[in-house]
Amino acid sequence: MAKKTLYSLTLNGEEIEVASSAGATLLETLREDLRVLSSKRGCNQGVCGACTVLLDDKPVRACLTLTAHCEGRKLQTMEGMGGDPIMATLQRHMVESGGVQCGFCTGGVLISARNLLSEDPSPSRETVKTALSGNLCRCTGYRTIIDAVCGAAEELAQ
Amino acid sequence: MTLVQPAPVFLGGAVGQSVAKPDNLEKVQGRAEYIADLYRPGMLHGAILASPHAHARIRGYDLTEAMAAPGVVAIITGDDVGDGRMGAFIKDEHAIARGKVLYVGEPVAAVAARTEEEARHACRLICVDYEELPAILTPEAGLAEDAPILHEDLASYVKIFDAGSEGNLASRTQLIEGDVDAAWAECDVIVEGEFTTQPQAHVSMEPCGALADIDATGRVTLWSANQSVFRVQANVCESLGLPMSKLRSLTPRVGAGFGNKMEPHIQPITVALAIKAKRPVKLILSREEDFEMVRARHPYRVRMKTGAKSDGTLVARECEVLADCGAFADDSPGVLGYSLLMCGGPYRIPHLKASGKLVYTNKLRFGAFRGFGNPQVLFAGEQQIDQIGEKLGLDPFAIRRKNMLHEGDQWFVGPRIGSNGLGLCLDAVEQAAKGPRADGSPRNFGLAVTAHISGLLGTGAIVRMLEDGTISLNTGATDIGQGSDTVLAQICAEELKLPFDHVVVASPDTDGSPYNWGTTASRVTYTTGRAVKGAAKKVVDQAMVHAAEMLECDIDDLELREGGRIGQRNANSDVTFAQISGRAHWAVGGPLVGSQTLVFDEPTHDPKRAIALGLPFPRIGVFSFAALGVDVDIDETSGQVSVHEAWSAADVGRAINPRLVEVQLHGGFVQGLGYALYEEMVWDGARLANPSLMDYKVPTSRDVPDAIHTFIIEDPEPTGPFGAKGAGEIGLNTVPGAIANAVATATRTRHLHLPLTGERVLAGLITPGTTPD
Repeated sequence: MAKKTLYSLTLNGEEIEVASSAGATLLETLREDLRVLSSKRGCNQGVCGACTVLLDDKPVRACLTLTAHCEGRKLQTMEGMGGDPIMATLQRHMVESGGVQCGFCTGGVLISARNLLSEDPSPSRETVKTALSGNLCRCTGYRTIIDAVCGAAEELAQ
Repeated sequence: MTLVQPAPVFLGGAVGQSVAKPDNLEKVQGRAEYIADLYRPGMLHGAILASPHAHARIRGYDLTEAMAAPGVVAIITGDDVGDGRMGAFIKDEHAIARGKVLYVGEPVAAVAARTEEEARHACRLICVDYEELPAILTPEAGLAEDAPILHEDLASYVKIFDAGSEGNLASRTQLIEGDVDAAWAECDVIVEGEFTTQPQAHVSMEPCGALADIDATGRVTLWSANQSVFRVQANVCESLGLPMSKLRSLTPRVGAGFGNKMEPHIQPITVALAIKAKRPVKLILSREEDFEMVRARHPYRVRMKTGAKSDGTLVARECEVLADCGAFADDSPGVLGYSLLMCGGPYRIPHLKASGKLVYTNKLRFGAFRGFGNPQVLFAGEQQIDQIGEKLGLDPFAIRRKNMLHEGDQWFVGPRIGSNGLGLCLDAVEQAAKGPRADGSPRNFGLAVTAHISGLLGTGAIVRMLEDGTISLNTGATDIGQGSDTVLAQICAEELKLPFDHVVVASPDTDGSPYNWGTTASRVTYTTGRAVKGAAKKVVDQAMVHAAEMLECDIDDLELREGGRIGQRNANSDVTFAQISGRAHWAVGGPLVGSQTLVFDEPTHDPKRAIALGLPFPRIGVFSFAALGVDVDIDETSGQVSVHEAWSAADVGRAINPRLVEVQLHGGFVQGLGYALYEEMVWDGARLANPSLMDYKVPTSRDVPDAIHTFIIEDPEPTGPFGAKGAGEIGLNTVPGAIANAVATATRTRHLHLPLTGERVLAGLITPGTTPD
């Protein structure tokens, strides 16, 4: 087995240490070493967006990020979003709009949407479509997802 | 008949309400468990060695170096799996390549090791001695007289229908009504063309995977991404020679299917690895492997000819299909047969002749994909309807209304049509799309209509009343994300007059669930829904017997009341389900269990009406209908097509959950949009050149129009549960045909080849009236 190195980072508000090989991606570390499973391997190539997580509050592809680069940094996955009121609003709209079908892309979609609302609390529909363009969904045709994000933004703006 | 506009209602969840799927909650929290998220104590990881050759004999293996690699516990090859063969229509496929390889990417060996990395590393150390054979890469080449034969023992394979297999011909089907050859003389206008369609990849966001464990008695428990735990069980047991009682097949959440996960992928390999390793093994495909190893939509060559009278009455059609089967038959004979059954469209055409050949080639298996052969023939047929209309000065709505089939008519070859809301679909689209665009510019409009079946094969349901009067529903139908658990629970709750959340749906399990052929063919709402309604009714009947005794009255005086109560008509007294179920559990009669199984048994073929040779589905029926209008924009410098606005109307009998029907129409439209405009699997010689999401483009949120208007038409199907019919595929069928018709409106050019890339459309813009290659 490849030699492992100990890395320290903050995962969902908790300071942790994890032993990973130097070449391990964040996706491998999350799933195989930490059993944090909300980040999904859809393509392992940075295209589909199903593995999206927040690194220092910015969305990154876990499959393209080396764990070695996360030393000392703040990492958030869907498992750690429970207390976030903006995420809760997005989640409720996704549940109710029909934006969730098979659900495999959903975590990545929500993290991209959450980041969008941090940067632009009142996005236009076009802005929402652009912000989600790196998250592939094969079930919904996107319409109900876009409706959900727009609906959540409107509710939060009130 | 009514037109339903879905409203976001989240109340009791009765039939007709858009109740949110309960699984949405775990999915938005990142808590849903898919196959890759499952772990077992002592679990190993599997990896597959894929064939580098399209066609080769396997002379031997050298596993020495691989077995010695770090972490390796077991390796399997064709030598480990016996001669068992699986296949839905023709049993032509081993669990893993045995004796020969038949396509680049075919699994040749598999390794179980401590980690996925170690398993993949060891695969690269396996030496296979191949003797290369000439490869067949097109169906035309496969039919050549001196063609090398892929399946030398084809004649001896088990087939479930009269396939007519010979040489590289996997199957052939011919369906004939009337006398086409004589009928051409009656036609005032005839159009003819040869169309081709490209292979499309399913691209479920979740790649295929499986996890197998062995218990102390040697019995296998198998979890996998699937559309039917029962087809998984049958395929694994057939290919590995296991009694079905020795394998339990289960499902976690499934990250969509679209047909890709209906028949086997790597479940047999995973089980063989676990048996050899005597430990649990999980095997998850990479995206590239999912593209190269599993299955895809068939490329078709369709020669079609259609003739009509000068008033627009359709007289005759001939359709000839040449379909690429790939290396194994899989669902292909069914797809070919279904294409031919649907090639006349939802029209009265008295003289119709459809014939097709399915030819083995050295490519991955082509198989079931949403639409199941319907979109390919519709791309040809719906363009020809427009061409006839153009020649005769009939608008697209008029010529379709004039010729459409009606309730009570017989479909091509024989099935009787129940409810038919096609006319209302056309009305809805015409009304909404009429006139110019908001800015006054003319529309580039295209129309296509379709029908799709939803009655097929066997299914069952078990409804149990728990001690407190709530309900457990068990059907064996895998919910692949489309919401069948929700819809079936709504049907069950409605029959029992209970709130939706009083019904819990059991996860499919071959040990405990009644048989369900699968989540496929738009069949679960209709076929399984009927079983659920029947089983729930039996529980009501049993509860009535208890209530009559408890209330000391005649059973005929009782009524079922909302909220799980049975009372005497014209009296206040009643008893609750909890009281009834408690009595049944602890005192009288025994627990309340209702079960219902059925197999769809309406014959496809009416021998008095038609000739049918090589019909793969002897019993099929119940038609949903749909119409799609699109208005396209075309970039005059690139030829790129985009959809400005779309109107999708579908007659689904009764929308049990209108929001879920609407999402099927949206999702089907967008998957069809990719198919119509740019998705294409491309081979470089024998090797798939674009097995990645970098190189295989699927639509993103930026590629879809905002204005997709959906119209749910409800013309209740007399045999359907609360009138429901299927909705899963019908929204995709029409997309390439409708877009091609819109492009013809805009460019005066007929396109016979999919996808409608910018390059092709530009060629048509430059020289209108031609048919670009």
